[in-house]
Amino acid sequence: MSTKAPDAERQIWMLSQMLRIREFETRVKQTFTEHPGAIRGHTHLADGAEASIVGSLAHFRTGDAALATYRCHGYPLVLGSDPKALMAEIYGRADGICKGLGGSMHLTDVKRGFLGTSGIVGAGIPHAAGAAWAAQIKKKQEVVLSFFGDGASKQGAFHETLNIASLWKLPVVFVMENNGYNVVTTSAQEDANAAAGRPLAVKAQSYEMPGITVDGTDPLAVAQVVGEAIERARTGGGPTLVESKVYRLSAHGNIIAPPGVPLHYPEHEAITVFGRREEYEAALRGDPVPRFRGLLVQNGTLTPAKAEALAGQIADEMAAAVSFAIKSPFPKNESALEYNYA
Amino acid sequence: MANLPFIAAVDEGIHQEMKRDPRVLYFGQNLATTENHAFVAAYGHDRVRVTPISETAEIGIAIGAAMAGMRPVVELYMAEFMLVAMDQVVNEANRFRYMSGGQVKVPLVLKAGFGFTAGWAGQHTGSLSSLFMGVPGLKVVVPSTAADAKGLMATAIRDDNPVVFLHHYLLTLEHGEVPDGEHVVPFGKAVVRRAGGDVTIVATGWMVHRALAAAEQLASQGISAEVIDPRTLAPLDLETIFSSIEKTGHVVLVDQGTRHASVSAIIASEIAEHRFSSLKGPIIQVTARDTTVPYSEPLEAYVIPDEQRISSAVIKLLKR
Repeated sequence: MSTKAPDAERQIWMLSQMLRIREFETRVKQTFTEHPGAIRGHTHLADGAEASIVGSLAHFRTGDAALATYRCHGYPLVLGSDPKALMAEIYGRADGICKGLGGSMHLTDVKRGFLGTSGIVGAGIPHAAGAAWAAQIKKKQEVVLSFFGDGASKQGAFHETLNIASLWKLPVVFVMENNGYNVVTTSAQEDANAAAGRPLAVKAQSYEMPGITVDGTDPLAVAQVVGEAIERARTGGGPTLVESKVYRLSAHGNIIAPPGVPLHYPEHEAITVFGRREEYEAALRGDPVPRFRGLLVQNGTLTPAKAEALAGQIADEMAAAVSFAIKSPFPKNESALEYNYA
Repeated sequence: MANLPFIAAVDEGIHQEMKRDPRVLYFGQNLATTENHAFVAAYGHDRVRVTPISETAEIGIAIGAAMAGMRPVVELYMAEFMLVAMDQVVNEANRFRYMSGGQVKVPLVLKAGFGFTAGWAGQHTGSLSSLFMGVPGLKVVVPSTAADAKGLMATAIRDDNPVVFLHHYLLTLEHGEVPDGEHVVPFGKAVVRRAGGDVTIVATGWMVHRALAAAEQLASQGISAEVIDPRTLAPLDLETIFSSIEKTGHVVLVDQGTRHASVSAIIASEIAEHRFSSLKGPIIQVTARDTTVPYSEPLEAYVIPDEQRISSAVIKLLKR
């Protein structure tokens, strides 16, 4: 299996994508105080999963596809979607990438291979397999990446799909971002493998495919493992289950409340529910974004000044996304009825 | 024209479209398990596949393949099996075009038999069309003749949206004249199966045939019934129903489903709102009795509308 390790330039690209996701999510979170009411419903942030997302997409090619869940802001940013259109979507505006009809949970950018996001846990996994069947028929060595959380691996959709994907040798890579919590339930409380002290990747054994656990806070390790899985899929070797261990640095989502109650992000469930502040603080100390930035500066890939300039550029880019989104008009009423049917 | 059983006409519709469009896929349980299978022999395993008993994955895979440019037909056999995967049917397939702001199309067909009231008891006999007809983004097709079975299947495959294709199990072996060669039947166009001036009877699927039998019975008593078959429930051709009511002033809606929240209740509400002034009497619904379908033969017959119940309803309505 030959997977080219990212060179210095590519590593800087990876860091910059990680910084972009973090800055974007920070601006989403800040919106609740900066522009109260601008974001409705439920948002789910990718902070903490940046290394996993960027590492997974490091070997993505034009023609490949990715599908994900409601925690979906990170992927399109890396695939090249315009952050202005993404932020406008989260604000429910006419210039949103989905014209304000989808919102935070349903970001989609078909032109960039980001095919769809389901807000129902596990439901998007078979969609990825279906896109992979289409790729298999087209015979252009295209692959599909399916992103989901650890919670989804308890859904029938996960098990049914892995079985068929393996039987049919579909060119798909299942990337399970295991952040240890299904909302406020820990893996050990809901997963027989976790309760037995085993990695969730062992589920792959039932379906005769490789199952690999990787440190999802290390972008280079993820790029290596997912890159090999992509290569296997491209060359007819079938699917792989990658368990990428991450720590979600925000709560599952903003608070759930009826209209009139200002929304905000509470503290992480490790603290609010389980009283394990030390666990959360340890995760913060291991925050993958400053860690990777520090690594690239330390090994000379990037000078401190360049790193600072990069961060500044990205802060400006995402500030512009917020200004754009808040000024974008609301969609016209007629557009509410426009896209039910093709 | 060829005289074909209903189920062969459905197959012809699928063949017709698989021949003309390499993007059409056909898959499901217990399908294509040998190389002799007609669809495998004609189109190969890239496009025709057997699946395990995994409805959620089957329908979900169809959605993903459709979003990636294919036009899958899922063989589900029985409408109840869709219930196992209801999220994929009513909250995934139909949502993606909308939620993406029109970026994707999800052209797929969910082919399922229904209404097998031949001793299949409680879980394989439902008339479930009302569960699907009001769901934005879905189309619902209920053919009642072999010719329509072929033509509506072809249209379902060509449609750019998810289509629930419900064929009635008791029509499976009913023969009918089916046009040779390319045959398509448009969605949203009801057909008048029998013209008449005294009362309008609306029915779908197998009930069309019971309504026609009732109309024949009524004719011998001097009552002229018009029988309308909507053919597709979404889109629903209300205009043809309305025009008929303007002429007859009386309407009886026949539905194999249970009464409340039924297809007939939905049609009744539209008639009440839009053609109240054309009506000379109440809107009458002849539906299945509100119960699970029983196994025992006489009880099953008691529960499902028959020509006697339809014609009695008409006679009572017309006070004859």
